[in-house]
Amino acid sequence: MKNRKVLNFCGNGFLSILVVITILALCIFLVRIFSLGGKVLSWEFLFTAPRNCMQEGGIFPALAGTFWLTVISICIVIPLGILTAIFLTNYGKPKWLLKVVQIAIDTLAGTPSIIFGLFGMAVFVNLLAMNVSLISGALTLAILALPLFINSCIEAIKSVPFDFYEASLALGATKRQTITKIVIPTALPNILTGIIVCIGRVAGETAPIMFTAATFYTRRLPEGLKDEVMALPYHIYALMTEGTRPETQVPIAYGTAVVLLLLVLGVSAAAVIIRSSIRRKRKW
Amino acid sequence: MKTNNYLVTLIIMLLATFSLNATKGNQITCTGSTTVLPIAQATAEAFMNSHPDINISVRGGGSGVGVAALQNGTTDICNSSRPLKSKEISAAKAKGINPVAYTIANDAISIIVHQSNPLKDISIQQIKDIYTGKIKNWKVLGGPNLPIVVISRDVSSGTYEVFNEKVLAGAKVEGSAQLLASNNAVLSSVSNTPGAIGYVGLGYVNESVKLISINKIIPSEATVKNGSYMLSRKLYMYTNGKAKGDVANYLGFIQSEKGQQIVQEQGFINIK
Amino acid sequence: MSKYKEKAFTTITYTAALFTIVVLFALIYGLFREGLPLFKQVSLTEFIFGSGWYPTNAEPEFGAWTFIIGSFCVTIGALIIGIPLGLGSAIFISEIAGNRLKEIVKPVIELLAGIPSVVYGLFGMSAIAPLIRNWLNLDTGLNIFTASVILGLMIVPIIASMSEDALTNVPKSIREAALALGSTKMECIFRVIIPAAQRGIVGSILLGLGRAIGETMVVLMVAGGSAQIPKSIFASVRPLTSTIAAEMGETVMGSLHYQALYALAILLFVITFVINLITELFIAKRDKQ
Repeated sequence: MKNRKVLNFCGNGFLSILVVITILALCIFLVRIFSLGGKVLSWEFLFTAPRNCMQEGGIFPALAGTFWLTVISICIVIPLGILTAIFLTNYGKPKWLLKVVQIAIDTLAGTPSIIFGLFGMAVFVNLLAMNVSLISGALTLAILALPLFINSCIEAIKSVPFDFYEASLALGATKRQTITKIVIPTALPNILTGIIVCIGRVAGETAPIMFTAATFYTRRLPEGLKDEVMALPYHIYALMTEGTRPETQVPIAYGTAVVLLLLVLGVSAAAVIIRSSIRRKRKW
Repeated sequence: MKTNNYLVTLIIMLLATFSLNATKGNQITCTGSTTVLPIAQATAEAFMNSHPDINISVRGGGSGVGVAALQNGTTDICNSSRPLKSKEISAAKAKGINPVAYTIANDAISIIVHQSNPLKDISIQQIKDIYTGKIKNWKVLGGPNLPIVVISRDVSSGTYEVFNEKVLAGAKVEGSAQLLASNNAVLSSVSNTPGAIGYVGLGYVNESVKLISINKIIPSEATVKNGSYMLSRKLYMYTNGKAKGDVANYLGFIQSEKGQQIVQEQGFINIK
Repeated sequence: MSKYKEKAFTTITYTAALFTIVVLFALIYGLFREGLPLFKQVSLTEFIFGSGWYPTNAEPEFGAWTFIIGSFCVTIGALIIGIPLGLGSAIFISEIAGNRLKEIVKPVIELLAGIPSVVYGLFGMSAIAPLIRNWLNLDTGLNIFTASVILGLMIVPIIASMSEDALTNVPKSIREAALALGSTKMECIFRVIIPAAQRGIVGSILLGLGRAIGETMVVLMVAGGSAQIPKSIFASVRPLTSTIAAEMGETVMGSLHYQALYALAILLFVITFVINLITELFIAKRDKQ
């Protein structure tokens, strides 16, 4: 009996150590990034362009680039995602088509991001001659985000109680009216969470934009879909691997990482808050 | 109803994006060599300061990236730290691209080792033997008993191509060599690794590493210009056909006195 | 009139759904179309098992074996780090932690999931790698070990959240029965609950594996970049994803090198597809239960 008690104690201790290591690792990670990066943060850092070979000035073009890449790709993904999710949950005949679409979504979801980048470069940049540009990058990112968003929408639509469908149809609404006027608006908060999660994912991706949209240095903000853009994640990568003056540029890379982290984590936090406020408001 | 609202917003946004296009000035894209990158960036900044309506976008990736971009038609200027190969020129011409070279600076591929390394001089044959794996330890060259850590560049690097041509003569770099993506990566690796040896453009050499002479000749403006330093080379910018308009102005700026001063500030050698 | 609206709506949804299929097929078609021509000049065995990758030499060689081994090593390393930390956290959250502790630990782990990979790469490259190099007196801190640590940390949230779901779904009755029969908490966990949840746990590990193999930025920045078969865990490697990312920009459309990179992408795609398939089968079996 004593032996088993000892084992129990050890087991508890072991598991606790594992958790502590994980949390400690995260803390060290965040502390390091925020302390090195926080030093560089300032109003100027956020809102001016890089100067003097990226040693001074800020990352405004990168912020703008990430903003536009994210916005455009999400705009492409939203209608496609919602409509596909509607198909999968409400229509879905013939059965084989349903299966094929699901396989397609799951395969795309599991594909490494670099393959999307390769695809984007071959098709958008070279084949369709759209060059390295905002639109090429946004399209590539949209393809990456599509399966994730579709899955979120499916969950969102599934969470609408079946009674709603029945009640609507009983009142004489057609299937289309039920979906567009009852189901989607009800699922909207959860869909919104899905959008926000996608935004966080898309803003942080580097591999898809490396050769489809991103550039090392440009002063101007993107003014049209055909412009090359700087982007936050690519900026970090470029400064660390191609930077010409590491002493001043590594802190800037950390600063950029801080901005990116705040963006992404802020967006995740928003999703969590929205999700819990929906749950509280719901009366069913 | 919600869908309608959404569509309207989307259309307005896209129109807004396109309308911004109307105020767009001129755009020049510059892609390629990481050696040329500091020159490209510094001159781009200076040029944009005096020509506020022109925007220059600079990208690295390696000379190979620049050459490919030129051939694919996705860049205005290709930065290259090596001359284009005849295969590349004919492939470009087959696609309707006519590469024209502009020399913008002189450079020396400098051999660097860690600060603590007592080595001061080396021969081309010894460099070749190290990189092909024939010499594996510093003691063979009279140094400490320390395995040599070979740092090289990846295949897209123009610096690697020139190094390959002038030192290796086509021999294969040994398998355990680290293939890094930029001059800066090589610099930081060598400065942090006691047994390392690497090669970078002259403009990247600083106090964090030790510069080695080749056959007793140190890379400098004099030895590069009179040809006595064996790993001298020119840095180029290629355009499709003769440069016109803003691109010509920019290239002219780099080749002018002001531009060449910037070249020297970046640690490279001017073209005179 | 409304009949047309119905039809129109149905058509739109079908079109959208078809679009995803089109995208997938375009992806596969694109990869295979650009990559398969390589095999006219290089045999499949030479490609998979050859260990020399010299695409720009006068006589180019295209052997991907070193990259496959590189991907393999880094993935296994990541699992060695990720599974204990992830599973441990999952067990902790679902079995041991009180409600208040749960509220703290769960969001923390979800936070880890949201961090972009390039930031992990930054951390690994500039903070961890020099540390490891100094600590263990190595030539370089950019090697399998460091990459495994960072990748492992990255897949912890994936393993943790799915495993935690699986563990909490184990029926209370099983738990109570075991405890009623006199087992200690640990015995209950390790001998009863984990086996009951094993499908979900294995599913989460497979998911983490798929993520680790496909990860690009971290390995690009941290794994070192030598195209060699590693002789120790402190050797530099170049996984498949790194090679594709590093050489992608420099290829000219249609050149042999270009085709070779697409061939690598095909290889990577096939590997991840197979892993995903296995994962699906596992999870599906669990659902059927």
